[in-house]
Amino acid sequence: MISLTLVPTATWYLVLAAVLFSIGTFGVLVRRNPLVMFMCIELMLNAVNLTFVALARELNDINGQTIVFFVMVVAAAEVVVGLGIIVSIMRNRSALTADDLAELKG
Amino acid sequence: MVLLGAVGVIVRKHPVHAALSLVLTLFGVAVLFVSQEAHFLAAVQVIVYAGAIVVLFLFVIMLLGVDRVENLRTEPLTAQRPLAIITCLGLVGVLVAAIVNGSGVLNERGEGIKLPDLQNGPDANTVQLAESIFSKYVVAFEVTSVLLVIAVVGTVLLTRKTKSSSGGQTK
Repeated sequence: MISLTLVPTATWYLVLAAVLFSIGTFGVLVRRNPLVMFMCIELMLNAVNLTFVALARELNDINGQTIVFFVMVVAAAEVVVGLGIIVSIMRNRSALTADDLAELKG
Repeated sequence: MVLLGAVGVIVRKHPVHAALSLVLTLFGVAVLFVSQEAHFLAAVQVIVYAGAIVVLFLFVIMLLGVDRVENLRTEPLTAQRPLAIITCLGLVGVLVAAIVNGSGVLNERGEGIKLPDLQNGPDANTVQLAESIFSKYVVAFEVTSVLLVIAVVGTVLLTRKTKSSSGGQTK
């Protein structure tokens, strides 16, 4: 089922995306810096984008690439809002770990 | 190269180094997009992700002065890392098993992706993607534009200093 030739098939792209997604998950679970956690979330989004593009190629369907376009737009908005929250929290304190996000509760 | 950059994001102590590793990963994903005939998305990936988003990350890192070395030796929560490793290996296992088992049920459907050749012209992918976005998904496109406006306004409201309130109280 998995061809061992050097020609990359859709399976290899999907496996690569799965590994990339898991690395992003590991980073979110382990790192304490919220900025690095955001970068890991970007990694996970890119893994999903890669999955969409690989399946769009495999299924011969352009709608996968359309969805990737929308995911990119929403990811940009998400980064803007998240960094805004981090900046507004960091204004009052010097160090920042993920525990400080408990300040967000009213 | 993609995996090297991804590992670099999570193991580099310095946030700036992590951001530069992220650039490596994003460029690698853009190259993979090109190799799968998604030329427009590769261009958008380089411009938006590797350009705008990483520059935004670096800007915030420099602005906040958080470019300190994070101490990765100490473990803040006991048994956090082994549990995280087990979780992620399990995630890889489940996903790969799903991919290998599910690769038989993939069959072609849809109207097909136009490849750039002499008949379709060199920008066939961009033209077809534009036709899809602006005809079938035009409502979703407009909604995302509204979402971007909301995000920008909300961020400006969130980060601006309120001058009227005394004592640094933000409303």
